[in-house]
This record gives sequence, C-alpha cells and structure tokens, in this order.
Amino acid sequence: MISVIGVKKRFGGHEVLKGIDLEVRSSETMVVIGPSGSGKSTLLRCCNCLEVPEEGAVRIGDVTIVEEGVTVPEAQLNAVRAETGMVFQSFNLFPHMTTAENVMCAPMTVRKTPKAEARALALELLAKVGLADKADVYPSTLSGGQKQRAAIARALAMRPKVMLFDEPTSALDPELVGEVLQVMKALAAEGMTMMVVTHEMGFAREVADTVVVMADGRIVEQGPPARIFTDPQEERTRAFLRALVDGHLAQPAAT
Amino acid sequence: MTIDFGPVLEGFPRLLSGALVTVEVTVAAMLVSAVLGLAVGIVRLDPRRRVLYGAASSYVAFIRGTPLLVQLFILFFGLPQFGILLPATACGILGLGIYSGSYVSEVVRGAIQSIDPGQTEAARSLGMSRAQAMRKVVLPQAFRRMLPPLGNEAIALIKNSALVSLLTIDDVMREGQRIISTSFRALETYLAVALIYFVLTNLANQFLRFLERRMQVEGRR
Ligand SMILES: Nc1ncnc2c1ncn2[C@@H]1O[C@H](COP(=O)(O)OP(=O)(O)O)[C@@H](O)[C@H]1O
Ligand SMILES: [Mg+2]
Repeated sequence: MISVIGVKKRFGGHEVLKGIDLEVRSSETMVVIGPSGSGKSTLLRCCNCLEVPEEGAVRIGDVTIVEEGVTVPEAQLNAVRAETGMVFQSFNLFPHMTTAENVMCAPMTVRKTPKAEARALALELLAKVGLADKADVYPSTLSGGQKQRAAIARALAMRPKVMLFDEPTSALDPELVGEVLQVMKALAAEGMTMMVVTHEMGFAREVADTVVVMADGRIVEQGPPARIFTDPQEERTRAFLRALVDGHLAQPAAT
Repeated sequence: MTIDFGPVLEGFPRLLSGALVTVEVTVAAMLVSAVLGLAVGIVRLDPRRRVLYGAASSYVAFIRGTPLLVQLFILFFGLPQFGILLPATACGILGLGIYSGSYVSEVVRGAIQSIDPGQTEAARSLGMSRAQAMRKVVLPQAFRRMLPPLGNEAIALIKNSALVSLLTIDDVMREGQRIISTSFRALETYLAVALIYFVLTNLANQFLRFLERRMQVEGRR
C-alpha cells in the first residue's frame, strides 16, 4: 500500500534521508521509532509529498507519487493526498472553524460534498472519536487529547486508504495520551493501513505489525515488535531502547 | 480680521456634495487597492516565480518611493501623450488605488506569512489545492490579523484623496476652494473641510472596530 524505494532527501547540504526502503502492506500498521533528528518526520512527509525526495520513489496504492524528484501532476497528487490522511504532532486544527466545520471543510472543498451530507459525516466521525458533544465549539476550547481526536476525525472524513501519524501524542499531557491511542488502536483493528511515528512503546508492541528503527537517516533494523523489543540485533536499537526506558524512569509523574 | 462662517454655511450643500464625491472616489479606490493588494501580496509570497515576483516587487518599490501627487499627474497629464485619455475621476480612483494597493500588499503578505505553515500543510494533506488552502484556511485567519493595519490604510486613503482635487475632481477639497475663491474665507472654509474629513475618518474607524468585534465573536480562539 505504501512503498518507499531508495528515498533520499537533503535540506541544503544536509542529507536527512540516506536511502530508505520500506513497504507497508494493506491493513498493516508500521511503527517508526528512532532518536530525535533521525529523519522520521521527513520520511513520513515524503509519503504525501509535503517534502519531495530528490532520489528514489514513493508509491501509494498504485500511484507513484514521486520518482527521482519528479512528482505526479498537481491534480493527481491532490487526489492521492485526499486518500492519505495525516495527523500532526501539533494538531494543526483550523482555529477559525468549529470542530464539525474542521471535519466538513475538506469533503466540501475537495469533493464538493453537499453541506448536509458533510455535516452528517462529520457528526458520525466525531461520535466515533468520542467528540459528539464538541461538534459546535471552536478548537481553542478543546483539551489536547480532544484536539488530536478531532484532527483524526478530520483526516478520516476523506475516507483515506492510508493514515500517517507523526508523533500524535508527543504534545499531550501524559493523562491524555491514552484516549488518542485508543482511537488509533480502533482504527488499526478496523483494518486501516497506518504508518505511525511514536515513542509509545506499549502501542508499538500491541498494534504494530512491523517496527522500523531509524537512526541518522537510515533504517537500522526492522521486524515484528516482539523481536525488535526483546531481541534487537543492532547495538543502535539497543541504545535507543535503553535511552527511552531511562527517559521514562526519569519522569516520575508519567503514568 | 473677523471670523465669519456665513459663506461656508451658505456653501455647505456644495461641500456635502463634494464630500459625497470624496466618499465615492475613496470607496472605489479601496476596491482597486484591495484587489491589487491581495494579488500583489500573494505573488510576493513566493520569490521562485521570478517574473511575477520581480514585477510585483518593482511595483511596490516604485509606488512607495515616489510621491502620490506625481503619480496622479502622470496618469492625468502624462498618459494623454500616448493617446490614453482617462476621465479625471478614473485617474483619481486608479491613482489612489494603485498607491494604496502597494501598502495593502505588504499588509496582506505580512499577515499571510504570520499564519503557521502547519495550517497550509494540514489543508494540503487533506487534498486541497494551493488555491483552496489559501482561500479556505489561510486567508480567513490572515484577514483577522490584517484588519487593524488595513484600517490605517483606509484612513490614509481618505486623507490622501484630497490630492485628487488637483485633477479637477469636484471633491470636498475642491468645493471648499471654490467657496474660498469667491468669499476669501480660507480659515473658516478649510476648518469646515477639515471637519468633514474628520467625520469621514472617524466613521471609517467605527466601522472597523465593529468588524473587528464581530470577527472576534465569530472565531473565538
Ligand atoms: N524543512 C527543513 N529544513 C531544513 N532542515 C530540516 C527541515 N526539516 C527537517 N530538517 C532537519 O532534518 C533532520 C531530521 O528531521 P526530522 O525528520 O524532523 O527528524 P525526526 O522527526 O526524526 O526528529 C533534522 O536534522 C532537522 O533539523
Ligand atoms: Mg519528528
């Protein structure tokens, strides 16, 4: 469903992705972990061409959206993006629209869905993420966890075939992380194809079909979570997991 | 020397009809300025579109670097040499609009650039085109931030419009000068003219406050 083939990306002189190959099969969840600055966000953003890789190719479904630095025509790219939901660390909800309007906006703008139909869809999706009672308030009145669930509903409104999550819980207070992960687990259980950058190892163990470990623009190791977490082959994976555990132990308030 | 408001009061209907012309010219110029400012402001967001960006930047630099009065005279006295003979009102509206548009474009550009790029990215990730993201997501937010500086531009435009009296347009300034030419009551007349401008700028100010309040209620953050 998502194929990344030999992808390289540089910012100025700095090569951030140094040749990435991976494949997310339909209905599978891939979790990407790795130290900060290793290129996880950039990789995810290459998967919907928010960043255009100079080398290699990215295929979503049966459309090759970028190959050797050349993207598909704008209209086709927009169509693929519409079916590739993205959830950001900082939510990026539209502050001038109510929660329901946030969800309705893309179907109405991109697909010309009639307003009543879009509203019905929005209410259905908001109910699904547990925000039925927040449809007509502005995002500023929502908690972080509610914002992120609204953002997920907004992405789902385009009936995506693929969902990309970039550290969806990293900006949340610890007690709000669970409610967002719950929604993501439900999505995975429904058979959504997902690529998730996260430091939530519990989620990775439970939901991931494949865990990819990145460091310094490369894939260090990938495999099923059971193997990556219990029997990592690479020293860099071990070092990263150790640092993560230490980090958690160093935060006594985290639950 | 005595103060005598008699001639001004007598000529007051003419001043009011001049004020109406001032309002008409100013409002029309605001429309020109808004369209031009929006287009130029958006073009100036992206230096990679070299030709457009270059043209837009030259326009802004030239207009901001030369006096409005000279620009008006170029339109009114200069263009006829090329056989382009625009009516005085058109010259006034265009001249004021082109002038104000260069300032408005900077307001537009600044407001758009102040919006978090994450907003555009979210919109694009949902499949919106560049134009759709701009229209539905960025501009409505940017517009709120533009309002106060746009208000200043509107008020500057009202005041600058007095210069069109030099293009034979019968605005409040020119009607005032007519009254003076027969009554020789300069102080009284110019005070009355000033008062009319003051009322106009104040009305514009009130209207903007009203808009700002409404936007705050609509889109509480
Ligand atoms: N738009 C950009 N311009 C320049 N450098 C960038 C940009 N985006 C990311 N980088 C750099 O690329 C590297 C990887 O960033 P990122 O993909 O965000 O890593 P991660 O998500 O794993 O923390 C970092 O060194 C970052 O500074
Ligand atoms: Mg990141």
